[in-house]
Amino acid sequence: MTTIHLKLLVWRQPGPHVAGRFVRYDAPDLSPDMSFLEMLDVVNERLTAQGEEPIAFDHDCREGICGSCGLVINGVAHGPMRGTATCQLHLRSFRSGQEIVVEPWRAKAFPVVRDLIVDRGALDRIITAGGYISTRTGGVPDANAVLVPKDDADAAMDAAACIGCGACVAACPNASASLFAAAKIAHLGLMPQGQPERPKRVLRMVTQMDMEGFGNCTNIGECEEACPKLISIDVIARMNRDFLRASMFGGEERAEVGGEA
Amino acid sequence: MELRARIPSGPLADKWDRHRFEMKLVNPANKRRYTVLVVGSGLAGASAAASLAELGYQVACFCFQDSPRRAHSIAAQGGINAAKNYQNDGDSIWRLFYDTIKGGDFRAREANVYRLAQISVDIIDQCVAQGVPFAREYSGYLANRSFGGAQVSRTFYARGQTGQQLLLGAYQALCKEIARGTVVMHSRTEMLDLILVDGRCRGIVTRNLVTGEVLAHVADAVVLATGGYGNIFYLSTNARGSNVTATYRAWKRGAAFGNPCFTQIHPTCIPVSGDYQSKLTLMSESLRNDGRVWVPRRAGDHRAPHDIPEADRDYYLERKYPSFGNLSPRDIASRAAKEVCDEGRGVGPGGRGVYLDFADAIGRVGRDTIAERYGNLFEMYQRITDEDPYHAPMRIYPAVHYTMGGLWVDYNLMSTVPGLHVLGEANFSDHGANRLGASALMQGLADGYFIIPVTIGDYLAATRLEKITTDHPEVRGAMEGVNRRTRRLLSIAGTRTVDSFHRELGSLMWDKCGMARTAGGLAEALRRIPEIRAEFWENVTVPGSDAHLNQALEKANRVADYLEFAELMCRDALHREESCGGHFREEHQTPDGEARRDDDRFAYVAAWEYAGDGAEPVLHREPLAFENVQLAQRSYK
Amino acid sequence: MPFGRFWGSTIGKKVVMAVTGIVLVGYILAHVTANLLIFAGPSAIDAYAAKLRTLPILLWGVRVVLLASVVLHVVAATQLAVRVRAARPTSYRRFEPQTSSAPSRTMRWGGVALLLFLVYHILHFTTGQAHPDFVHLAPYHNVTTAFRVWWVAAIYIAAMIALAMHLYHGTWSMFQTLGIEHPRVNVARRRLATIIAVLVPLGFVSVPIAVVFGLLR
Ligand SMILES: Cc1cc2nc3c(=O)[nH]c(=O)nc-3n(C[C@H](O)[C@H](O)[C@H](O)COP(=O)(O)OP(=O)(O)OC[C@H]3O[C@@H](n4cnc5c(N)ncnc54)[C@H](O)[C@@H]3O)c2cc1C
Ligand code: HEM
Ligand code: HEM
Ligand code: SF4
Ligand code: F3S
Ligand code: FES
Repeated sequence: MTTIHLKLLVWRQPGPHVAGRFVRYDAPDLSPDMSFLEMLDVVNERLTAQGEEPIAFDHDCREGICGSCGLVINGVAHGPMRGTATCQLHLRSFRSGQEIVVEPWRAKAFPVVRDLIVDRGALDRIITAGGYISTRTGGVPDANAVLVPKDDADAAMDAAACIGCGACVAACPNASASLFAAAKIAHLGLMPQGQPERPKRVLRMVTQMDMEGFGNCTNIGECEEACPKLISIDVIARMNRDFLRASMFGGEERAEVGGEA
Repeated sequence: MELRARIPSGPLADKWDRHRFEMKLVNPANKRRYTVLVVGSGLAGASAAASLAELGYQVACFCFQDSPRRAHSIAAQGGINAAKNYQNDGDSIWRLFYDTIKGGDFRAREANVYRLAQISVDIIDQCVAQGVPFAREYSGYLANRSFGGAQVSRTFYARGQTGQQLLLGAYQALCKEIARGTVVMHSRTEMLDLILVDGRCRGIVTRNLVTGEVLAHVADAVVLATGGYGNIFYLSTNARGSNVTATYRAWKRGAAFGNPCFTQIHPTCIPVSGDYQSKLTLMSESLRNDGRVWVPRRAGDHRAPHDIPEADRDYYLERKYPSFGNLSPRDIASRAAKEVCDEGRGVGPGGRGVYLDFADAIGRVGRDTIAERYGNLFEMYQRITDEDPYHAPMRIYPAVHYTMGGLWVDYNLMSTVPGLHVLGEANFSDHGANRLGASALMQGLADGYFIIPVTIGDYLAATRLEKITTDHPEVRGAMEGVNRRTRRLLSIAGTRTVDSFHRELGSLMWDKCGMARTAGGLAEALRRIPEIRAEFWENVTVPGSDAHLNQALEKANRVADYLEFAELMCRDALHREESCGGHFREEHQTPDGEARRDDDRFAYVAAWEYAGDGAEPVLHREPLAFENVQLAQRSYK
Repeated sequence: MPFGRFWGSTIGKKVVMAVTGIVLVGYILAHVTANLLIFAGPSAIDAYAAKLRTLPILLWGVRVVLLASVVLHVVAATQLAVRVRAARPTSYRRFEPQTSSAPSRTMRWGGVALLLFLVYHILHFTTGQAHPDFVHLAPYHNVTTAFRVWWVAAIYIAAMIALAMHLYHGTWSMFQTLGIEHPRVNVARRRLATIIAVLVPLGFVSVPIAVVFGLLR
């Protein structure tokens, strides 16, 4: 069987307030069928056996759905394969002998926790600001009482597919979280159940997004390309439209008061 | 220890209603004086935390991922069952109840399962109200698909991402409560012990995975929704972080563990490709709606699948189980795959695989329809294997997927430790010895949205709880225990990595306590496990310190628990001298190789009690009474 | 929603940029059309300039709106740029854009170039300080004499390249910012932006080029 030999240049940073640096690791004898994270596992096993601290990176499901993983690989968020999260990237996408630079997501709103792990709590806070429909458990109508046109349901699902990985932020030259926020706004805004809170939702989520220190969107489109779910930047246009409409025609009173949910 | 299942009396269909009426209520104004800790933010945990907070309780929720939205539930693909009968194909609450009891091979409680079927319809309503984008017909009505183990179409789905969408619904409900200040979320925080005061569960000890800080949280009740322990096999379809630690430590604090050996092996996973493999990927069972499972008729037939003519193919599921065919339940389909591979008819590297072929379906409904139904699964398959399933059949093989076993709970979902409630995959209830597809999501949400919010009130209203603080000696003791163990793990400084121990344990368990089990094999496992464990505590290496994010330490903690828990699983498997559902004892099979249950001796839940380190756990039996269904040999022929 | 809060949000500022962008694009379309009068000979364009001066309300109205637009456009752009700079304190060692066009990534530098050009341009052709041989109300003379100096023509041509890039992304981006998005208009908005980005600068550079090659004198 053919094996692959990679030369890694990995960002190591012991903690949030400590300076980081790039460290070289040699990774010989890898299988092309290995996933990128399995390659890091192998490197880590070797490091650990030598008593060195393994490279910290986030991961959990390893099947592209939990949104835990995320590395900038040779300058590309989630690596060279389109529509693919880091955990689903396989070494067959690389050449043997290639040098590979591995960096964490970089944004002020995503401080490094350790090595390749960043704190993406800002994304949770954007959802907490209003990315939901305020139902209570119980007391809701039958599921078929409100019909949803298939096209709307499909479009909502396209947006709802977001895994919250933050690659859009990492890939955006402006470090903007617009695609993430807009995907949730589009998902809920396309469902009939999401209409009552639509103006309030967009105002609150955008305000939170700005407060977190993300950059603004200048419609560059790198986010869509990096997104493992290929969510279209059309949702950003939708968010802008909703924001404009909500700013002009209301929603603000409730948003100003806040906290009554 | 006494197992009081607290099943309400009266006719099956009225039990839950009557019980709800009979339970004590907490006065709405008093609710905010109670604090409830919810450990876990999967479907069960997130839905429970949100619903309890809506009622007015003060809730703290914990998960080890960086965000509650990443709980393992996110990975569920296929769908969620509900007895809506929207298809008018003869479904009913009773049928869902019956299918689930039968699918579980008659090892679950009738009353719980019936309640689950009743609540299933409310779950769909709830999720739709939250904006979950379920698949729809062109009419705008909800769409359904079929799933294994059922002859009606009752599964609701959102593409191949049902778990994701349901979890995001629950997560958003949780966020809504976080915004209101009624839930405090602790992410990247792992529970490492339970705190008992005067025999009641009063809190947990956690480690902050970023700073390493060990903290105690005290409360009036604790809810564990920490998921399953399938990762004990090292390779499974579970997320890498899924673990037994929370439930195992609760066990050591006195909560009985129910049916630990009941594990589900899922028939449709992508086969192992090398020894670096870190996890196995499930291909949703829904694929079996349109895919046909086959292997070559002859052993050692290495022709490419296209070159094997129909006559030389064995569609073994259709042949052996004509009425359910490719939709036979998971345990049966998995074992059948193992059997044909054991006969040397397996395909792919290592001969551990069978084909799942879509050629007929593509011919019948067209490539576009198939792409619409399974597009993302096909893509996922291609990404991993570099093979195009539109052209060549998929290769699949069974893999560990779900654990029916879990902490024993009564009808109120309370464990044998008063005040400790257990939800979702972490408890043992509802699925018996085998879980049907699309019913774990249903159970997790039933537990979290609709059951615990009511039953926890009964406990709180009926119990007088003294105020305690984190200075309490029990609290200090539990914290000290956690710190001691951490220091010990860090001080061993041996030569083997945690993963190497995990792999060793995993392959032992897969061989001896996996798809087919024997008394001899289990006895051998029970001999080997203590040896591996002893070596672990002498020779493991955990670099770094406990004062920062240390993933090696997290893993070591979890693997140390697996190394103890494995024994309990094997012991349970050894004691259960019958085959039922996912538990297949080779000694107990019919002449044609089907599982042979022994209802006279084993129609009970095995609830194991911890008896101290080194002592044999004590077995308690909760007999299962079947008053509404006829115990029958499960047949899918 | 109070304007302060709107302006305080990133999207609000972007909307202001887009709206002022529309004004600027509109002006530029008019300007380029008027400029082409130059090919009709000195009298046509000089008469046009004189005619404008007889409509002071229109002239000053346009000037005020334009000035306000440029100010708002530039202030918003600057504030957002400052914000973006802060949003990524550590930059990547390696960063490989995958899909975006160079114009989209150079809007800020392109904008600065345009602003510098504008200042120079007004001193050059409107107020005359930057013009060695400026004659009030004689645009034909002013333009043709100016572009006979090769480096002045070069500055204008370079500026028009910057303009083309700014328009190529800006005109499209404007739709996106204002939320004008629909499967049916998405193709059209890209096409429109491309057409404007090509034709407008071409129209403008035709003048200096014609002078350099002696077609206008
Ligand atoms: C690939 C795959 C596909 C599946 N598809 C389906 C399907 O189609 N239909 C279906 O019905 N079921 C399916 N299942 C099963 C189903 O997804 C799970 O059984 C179910 O989601 C479990 O939910 P849960 O809430 O109990 O636990 P989980 O979702 O596993 O959540 C556990 C939570 O507990 C937390 N936790 C665990 N331990 C600790 C600790 N010590 N301290 C703090 N927090 C802790 C975790 O952080 C997490 O938040 C599938 C499972 C897999 C693996
Ligand atoms: C004189 C002519 C100018 C025209 C016609 C023009 C037009 C536009 C248009 C239409 C946009 C798109 C707005 C959007 O994305 O919604 C834009 C964006 C932009 N303009 Fe200008 N602009 C001009 C001058 C300037 C100047 C002088 C600057 C300088 C500082 C500038 C800086 C920018 C920047 C940075 C953007 C990107 C903003 C974004 O998309 O968020 N522009 N411009
Ligand atoms: C080759 C290109 C150009 C030529 C030959 C040109 C020519 C001129 C001339 C002759 C005038 C003076 C008109 C008068 O005073 O009557 C003028 C004014 C002006 N031009 Fe241009 N121009 C060019 C490009 C541009 C561009 C690209 C912009 C904007 C981005 C621009 C913006 C202006 C403005 C704002 C004025 C002042 C208008 C006023 O007096 O109110 N020009 N231009
Ligand atoms: S929009 Fe795409 S890239 Fe951004 S967080 Fe969601 S899935 Fe990740
Ligand atoms: S790359 Fe950035 S600029 Fe906007 S379109 Fe995407 S967020
Ligand atoms: S590890 Fe879950 S998406 Fe990559």
